[in-house]
Amino acid sequence: MMALLKKKAPDARKLEATAARLDALTIPQGGWAEPARRDAAARLRAQGLPQGRDEYWKFTRPDTLTQEDAPRAAVLEPGETPIFDAFDRLKIVFTDGVFDPEASDALALEHVEIERLATSRADIHWAKDLYGTLEARGQVPVDRPLAAFNTAFATDGLLIRVIGRAPKPIAIIYRHESETSDAILHHVVKVEEGGELTLLETGPAAARFNKCMEVDVADGAAFRHIRTQGRDHERRAATHIFGRLGAESVFKSFTLTMNGKLTRNECVLELTGDDAVAHVAGACVGDGDFHHDDTVFITHDAVNCESRQVFKKVLRNGAVGVFQGKILVQPGAQRTDGYQISQSLLLDEDSQFLAKPELEIYADDVACSHGSTSGAIDEEALFYLRARGLPKADATVYLTLAFLAEAVQEIDDEDLQAEIVGRIEAWLFRRRR
Amino acid sequence: MLEIKNLHVKLEEEDKVILRGVDLTVEAGKVHAIMGPNGSGKSTLSYVLSGRDGYEVTDGSATLLGQDILGMEPEERAAAGLFLAFQYPVEIPGVGNMTFLRSAVNAQRKARGEPEMSSTEFLKVIREKAKELEIDADMLKRPVNVGFSGGEKKRNEILQMAMLEPKMCILDETDSGLDVDAMKLVSDGVNALRDEGRGFLVITHYQRLLDHIQPDVVHIMSNGRIVKTGGPELALEVEKNGYADLKETA
Ligand SMILES: Nc1ncnc2c1ncn2[C@@H]1O[C@H](COP(=O)(O)OP(=O)(O)OP(=O)(O)O)[C@@H](O)[C@H]1O
Ligand SMILES: [Mg+2]
Repeated sequence: MMALLKKKAPDARKLEATAARLDALTIPQGGWAEPARRDAAARLRAQGLPQGRDEYWKFTRPDTLTQEDAPRAAVLEPGETPIFDAFDRLKIVFTDGVFDPEASDALALEHVEIERLATSRADIHWAKDLYGTLEARGQVPVDRPLAAFNTAFATDGLLIRVIGRAPKPIAIIYRHESETSDAILHHVVKVEEGGELTLLETGPAAARFNKCMEVDVADGAAFRHIRTQGRDHERRAATHIFGRLGAESVFKSFTLTMNGKLTRNECVLELTGDDAVAHVAGACVGDGDFHHDDTVFITHDAVNCESRQVFKKVLRNGAVGVFQGKILVQPGAQRTDGYQISQSLLLDEDSQFLAKPELEIYADDVACSHGSTSGAIDEEALFYLRARGLPKADATVYLTLAFLAEAVQEIDDEDLQAEIVGRIEAWLFRRRR
Repeated sequence: MLEIKNLHVKLEEEDKVILRGVDLTVEAGKVHAIMGPNGSGKSTLSYVLSGRDGYEVTDGSATLLGQDILGMEPEERAAAGLFLAFQYPVEIPGVGNMTFLRSAVNAQRKARGEPEMSSTEFLKVIREKAKELEIDADMLKRPVNVGFSGGEKKRNEILQMAMLEPKMCILDETDSGLDVDAMKLVSDGVNALRDEGRGFLVITHYQRLLDHIQPDVVHIMSNGRIVKTGGPELALEVEKNGYADLKETA
């Protein structure tokens, strides 16, 4: 439990700057979420917005994520059909962070209740107990001020309650149309006992996107999440997932990131019930002005749970990848099985991978492993493929896909997996040389 | 078919000379064998011919069907008809054996301006050839060479050769690590491909393989040169007396 005590008090200048920034903003008024929003703002005032000097931000500069205006980001003409277009799913569209009723399906799905944060008014709303709650729990032992910021100022989001097996995935589509948009969305998902949901999230969302998602997975429930972040080169995103897992529950999240000037994806999971399974995976491919940060914190606080973190990054032309991943095993969390791997494939010498894998274990009957590597294309393998007639560029694509395979294979559904592989392949083939 | 003249090769990164003037001509329809002590340069010759990095040709030439191959990329040499069965086949995790082979077949066809092989046709042909080599469906699906036994890897090399139908086949110690039955399978695979239009260069240490794949010509390589050339009887001589009498005396 030592780990829970080592927070440093932030310096006064940082807090003043944060206060000045927050004073200029207005917390959305009224409704059941307002007290939670006020609490979050108070948390944030005590923490301060992140700065480059913060230990947790030493590999990723937070300034463009915290500054008042979103830096401009050009809108990309993708030149391919939207991902998952062919899949039967319930579509919910936000354009530059604003709900788009025209483009969205009716918010109705069997065994699922869906409402919008901006319009749900009932004071006894189920989300009242969750909104900001998992985020607040996730502030220990490490500050996540951008998440508190989100809870306080989110303009909209979805409240999804799953009481059975959802007949098809819910797809949240984030469109980016304005070069200066600054979107803040907060979703709350509650999968009740025995419920099952697959959530798809796709698209760049905005010039700057701050998104927070709290997911409560009850005993025996399952939540699957597949996300692609949109190929707009200049976009920036700071996202958080806070998950709490009950007994025998399953949580699986996979993220594909192609392009993006700055992405910080944090995932904070707490395994609170015995025999729970949590997998978090990510594949990213970056070319040039690309900075991608995966920051993961998984806490085992129950018996016989399994967690896997699988992160793979392909970097070229000076792209930068960051991985900060931790497995914390609390006292009594016996028979924990924790696996963490973070690897990057550097396609040239200008690209960089910065990794900080950590284990902190307070139980004795535990099997945890972690590994972090970065390397170039395997020359032996490349020659072998070329000697069989594959052009060098194609052989490189094959080896790159092979490198990413372990992460992509974390997607259970084979069709969704194939769609993701197809998109990566297309990205790689566009850059073939 | 394959004509090597006065080939001199050194390592790119070091001042180490490995091939010191290799002369060798393999005619279409013929099987040539190369034997020679460890470290004499046999694998180096096969790598240099197929275009692996790390070597520098300081003198001499090599042509395939009259085309200079030394200036070509490895994939161009493959498309031109050259095939090397590796002494140590490489494991490639994450790339499926069958996917890889189909891409290779079609990449070569494309490079030669030929139509691609349809997936149905490819499946039909590969099943047939895999069966002859006793390679099961599971091995075809697995990642290239990953978890294959030594003998399985060698059989997989011959399967690739059979699918790619090259003009000039170089086999580097394809017999090493094979049990008696596998030796028979592999030899049958090679013999099935023997025809008028195809040449073979078989690198081996043992007469045993040459009992199955009967060579027309046998060469002895020592210290980076072909020091003796003869008929099949030369291999028998090596089997009996070793290389003592054949090694370069210079
Ligand atoms: N990349 C390399 N770096 C250093 N030395 C090398 C390299 N490639 C070849 N050599 C050396 O060149 C010589 C010839 O090696 P090669 O592998 O061609 O021999 P070989 O005749 O195939 O031997 P074997 O019968 O053992 O397979 C050896 O001394 C070997 O150590
Ligand atoms: Mg050798």
